[in-house]
Amino acid sequence: MIITVASGKGGTGKTTVAVNLATIAAEKGSVELFDCDVEEPNAHLFVKPQNITKKEVSTMIPSVDIALCNLCQECEKICRFSAINIVAKKIMVFADMCHSCKGCLMVCPTGAISEGARQLGSVLTGYSKQGFKLTWGELRVGEAMSPPLIKKVKDEINNLYNLISIVDAPPGTSCPAITTLRDSDFALLVAEETPFGLNDLTLTVEGLKKLGVPMAIVINRAEESKGIIDDYAEHENIEILGKIPFSKEAAKICSKGLFLVEEMAEIRAIFQKIYQKIYCKIVKTENKGEIK
Amino acid sequence: MRELTIISGKGGTGKTSITASIASLAENRVVIDADVDAANLFLTLEHKLIEKEPFQGGHKARIDIDSCVGCAECLNRCQFDAVFEKLDQDKKPTGKFSIDPISCEGCGVCAHFCPTGAILFERQICGEKYISTTANGPMVHARLGIAEENSGLLVSQLRQRAREIAKKQKIPLIITDGPPGIGCPVIASISNADALLVVTEPTISGMHDMQRVIRLGRQMNAAIYLCINKADLNIEASEKIKEFCNHNKIKFAGEIPFDRAVVESMKMGQSLVTYSPDSEASKAVKLVWKNVVEFMGDLKERLI
Repeated sequence: MIITVASGKGGTGKTTVAVNLATIAAEKGSVELFDCDVEEPNAHLFVKPQNITKKEVSTMIPSVDIALCNLCQECEKICRFSAINIVAKKIMVFADMCHSCKGCLMVCPTGAISEGARQLGSVLTGYSKQGFKLTWGELRVGEAMSPPLIKKVKDEINNLYNLISIVDAPPGTSCPAITTLRDSDFALLVAEETPFGLNDLTLTVEGLKKLGVPMAIVINRAEESKGIIDDYAEHENIEILGKIPFSKEAAKICSKGLFLVEEMAEIRAIFQKIYQKIYCKIVKTENKGEIK
Repeated sequence: MRELTIISGKGGTGKTSITASIASLAENRVVIDADVDAANLFLTLEHKLIEKEPFQGGHKARIDIDSCVGCAECLNRCQFDAVFEKLDQDKKPTGKFSIDPISCEGCGVCAHFCPTGAILFERQICGEKYISTTANGPMVHARLGIAEENSGLLVSQLRQRAREIAKKQKIPLIITDGPPGIGCPVIASISNADALLVVTEPTISGMHDMQRVIRLGRQMNAAIYLCINKADLNIEASEKIKEFCNHNKIKFAGEIPFDRAVVESMKMGQSLVTYSPDSEASKAVKLVWKNVVEFMGDLKERLI
């Protein structure tokens, strides 16, 4: 089962929710945590994983053997990304522009182009003191394209029925977030009660509808009274699974990279409830699937 | 003309709130919201929309089912798993193929190799670009369609438009509200910027993320300034950030306290300095801006 924690707006508390939920889930059964915010991964700062292994990840770019190139320009013509061009009667590869479609390799009539590589970053794994496994990606600074690395992190997910995979998504509603949210069984949206928070939540909900992923909301830094997110959720018929109240103490605990569920009993109880509700929801959907 | 881009690495540190205030303090500027897939600046800066135009993004492939002969050439060549066999109403394979627009990278390889010309390769409208007027000058902003790609391209187009406006109206400063992260829209937001103002927060995540975005800024040869938002939430961490700036020769522009007035101003659709000019956070932002103006005064003129 893949549960993805997303938000649209940055800084609403995705990572806080993901790491604390994983801690609760680890007490009940098998869970693995994945940080797909490869541009700015943070889950490992909380989890402080042990026994880290690191795998370098690259993507295909063309490598040209100048001796075989007859300057026919077929590669330049097929490339939509201006990544391979003839400049001053010489073929040049602009590695950062390449999307790895292999079009140039396929059209080259002389076999001058072979598969080279551009470093994307790395995929790392380690184990928390609570015993769950964390897998995260770290995009190379200067690399523009995060979705290929996000896919590599997601490749490490074992989508088994009795194993819960919690995925921390990047902010936004474009390719990095969508690449992460695809194929999720359930999306947990972390919302904050501000106009920015509502605006970006709305965009993410529209994205999830497009992807057909079921969802529910957790309100972070919640005020005591009903707010704009309650109204929106009611209107959209999305369940609010819990509210984590605003407190400077909680903010301080998170700022130090500590677990709220280990430091504050009242927040631990909230996360337990949220986890139970999600578990009931996805187990229910799964049962429906089995009847079919 | 100067270009200043506001970034953070981590999301939610307060880039947009601070940009709105700076845009209200700078007397003559163009402001850009480059966080195109989660744009918020328009919510907190009073403006009047004067121009909109569709954003033409990249291309996407689409198969004309009547012309498809089911040769699977497209399936075999696509590197993005975007091609799948179409099923009929009873979920039986039809022997013909279809393309998932969300997975399609827009490379056109399938269209190139399709033997029957069944694959159309059309340019997509991926969003909308806007120009608005605000109290201190134009605002260039956009809305990227849900689940659309090409955010980097859109950011580059917005910056190009802003430069044209600045040139024509003789506006000396462009301020860009950047997106979170370090990927393509961030690179597009900071390439050729004169200076970056990094807005961080005194948290373990904020500190980690700011270091990555500072490395990116250095690679791209921009001057780097830094301010700490919500600085009083963890004073020890704020001190560490100041030490980091000192050690790495990053000009420190100041610290802004946590203040409920920030969210209040957002709820009123105004910038903090406009809504609550005497609040503690407001005074601190004014000082940050004064310092940034001073820092930018020391920059060498750009050659181009």
